[in-house]
Amino acid sequence: MINGIKKIARSQLLVPIIALLALIIFNLFRDINFFTISLITNNEGNQVLSGNIISILTGASELAILAIGMTLVTAAARGQDISVGAAAAIAGSVFVNILRSTQITPGVIIGAFVACCLVAILFGMFNGTLVAIFKIQPMIASLILFTSGRSVAYWINGGASPTVESPLISHLGSFIPGIPIPTPVLVVIVFCIIVALILRFTNLGLYTQSVGINERSARLNGINSVWIKMLTFMFLGVCCAIAGVIAVSRIGLINHETILLDIEMDAILAVAIGGNSLGGGKFSLIGSLMGAYIIQALTITLYAMQVPSTDVKAYKAIVIIAIVVLGSPIVKRYAAQLRDKLAKKPMKVTENY
Amino acid sequence: MTSKLDKNKSTGIETKKRREPISSTNLLLTITICTFIGMYGFAMLMWGGGFLNPQQFFDLFNNNAYLIVISCGLTIVMIAGGIDLSVGGVIALVTMVCVVYLDDKGGSVVGSMAVALGIGLAFGLIQGALVAYLEIQPFIISLAGMFFAKGMTTIVSSVPRTSGNEAFLVLKDFRIVLQNVGSYAKNGNFIPAKIEPGVFVALGIVFIIFVVLRWTRFGRNLYAIGGNHQSALMLGINIKRTKFFSYLLCGILSGIAGYLYLLHTGAGNVSNATAAEMQAIASSIIGGTLLTGGVGNVIGTLFGALSLKTINTIVVASGLREPYWQSITTGLMLCFFILLQSVILSIRERGGVKMVMPKWLRRSSSDK
Repeated sequence: MINGIKKIARSQLLVPIIALLALIIFNLFRDINFFTISLITNNEGNQVLSGNIISILTGASELAILAIGMTLVTAAARGQDISVGAAAAIAGSVFVNILRSTQITPGVIIGAFVACCLVAILFGMFNGTLVAIFKIQPMIASLILFTSGRSVAYWINGGASPTVESPLISHLGSFIPGIPIPTPVLVVIVFCIIVALILRFTNLGLYTQSVGINERSARLNGINSVWIKMLTFMFLGVCCAIAGVIAVSRIGLINHETILLDIEMDAILAVAIGGNSLGGGKFSLIGSLMGAYIIQALTITLYAMQVPSTDVKAYKAIVIIAIVVLGSPIVKRYAAQLRDKLAKKPMKVTENY
Repeated sequence: MTSKLDKNKSTGIETKKRREPISSTNLLLTITICTFIGMYGFAMLMWGGGFLNPQQFFDLFNNNAYLIVISCGLTIVMIAGGIDLSVGGVIALVTMVCVVYLDDKGGSVVGSMAVALGIGLAFGLIQGALVAYLEIQPFIISLAGMFFAKGMTTIVSSVPRTSGNEAFLVLKDFRIVLQNVGSYAKNGNFIPAKIEPGVFVALGIVFIIFVVLRWTRFGRNLYAIGGNHQSALMLGINIKRTKFFSYLLCGILSGIAGYLYLLHTGAGNVSNATAAEMQAIASSIIGGTLLTGGVGNVIGTLFGALSLKTINTIVVASGLREPYWQSITTGLMLCFFILLQSVILSIRERGGVKMVMPKWLRRSSSDK
């Protein structure tokens, strides 16, 4: 038990766990009913779950999926892809435009999803080529798609915001009849299970980390670092496609300018809050997932406190700075020294993580 | 170092022709300047009309003085290997706070300038301290800074405001009129070209930063830190302080840029300078600054910003009026420059191609 606590205290998950606990406790003090979950009947006549927790879990779905992809890219390429929002907008546009061209059946939806995945993978490969082969910093490489991606989406849509109206699509964005859990949450769960299985039964995780920690030695050990980097970018492309499809299904239309706006920033923040180094190397997907839910919980808390949606950013920034300051190596070192002093232990050389 | 050696040599007899290779910084700079001149010349030949009008050329500066200033700030930070995403947000915040200060609090123009500088200074101080002394990733800190600035702007005033302060409006409408340069209107009247005073502030800043980067200890330290962190440390350079000052300088410059933006538009709005940070980063990259640090030049940044804006004008002039063409061409141009840099630098690393400076440029290539 004590060993377990010590293990947590040393792990990178300490700060996100504390942040999440602080948010929960703060909300309990503010409003004791904040976390109640109730079963209500929605306007389609289904029994569905409702409450602040559910809205946090649903609202963070796209962010959680993108945060997972971003973590892998960060680990392998030692940098971040800032074009995920634009790529998701393109994927969403492809999805909507395929659906609009025919009768919507489950088969067509799957086909459209596969098509938009392929398009997103192509754009991922574009970024991946620049990063892995031309050795360009990921942020700079993805700046290209960041500046032009939403315009490409606009061009695909022919300058309008096309809508899709189908019960199937709204089921995908909200609830499937008979299942009280929101569909986006189910998608995230399925996605996480698949990713966990991939990482469990393949060497992808290990290879990604070794490429991120030391690319030269990874290559000398026979790892194809170019391919691994490319693979993480393609994987992020799939994540973008899923996020885009969820976002489109939620509202049933695609608006190239507002869909998943600023999500790249939130996704990178989620990675950082999860205690992952933005300089690559070791990663923790659980940390990134927690980061995504912390960001969404913070947003929902601020909304519940009647903060106008435009002002939320300022408060969010303060909390984020507090979290990263707490998680910074220097502050951690001081905290460890202070703890040792208080425990009257002899000063020991602090470990260099 | 090299220049001293050169001087010693030049006192003696010129022994043999020295083939001095052009430095990465200067090579990328040359490419950018050539691109800009080539692009503008091409536009003049192709579409004539507007491009032959001197006012169009000066408008390039008038409309983008703020962009030039923040690009300079970003170049400084990027040379030291960092990044600052908060510049656009700071501009929005400065415009809004200054308008509210001028109109509601009855402030003076000088006071509003002090407010603008103060906001920039505060952002620079806090971000610099957090990045340099707490070793937090600059991306996250400046991202939070951007969120904070944008959020504060709407807290100060959620609706766009236009300043009505008379003293300020006098300053805002002040133009430097060039009597000899101008164009003829359709009815034959001569219209002299007008330049906003902000342009001179921006060009002055470019010059000052150029001098600082090239001839001061602080400037050379920036290159050393960005080029190789470890060896800079071993040379005894105070890395933390240098980094701190680079962010401080960038913060002050974004404060100034905010005031220039206000002088140009006269309005405070949260959507002011949206995505300006990305444009500034793009300008720096086109101007030959590497995000990895250690390579860069503000003169290049100036031309980078101008090229970035010229291409937009060209796209409109060539008849592609749909708004999405502008960002698509900007993306393509960025792609071109990024690939060019990558290819050139990798060829140079292998030592495949050695470029030789022309004689008249050789003196100025003393820096690496």
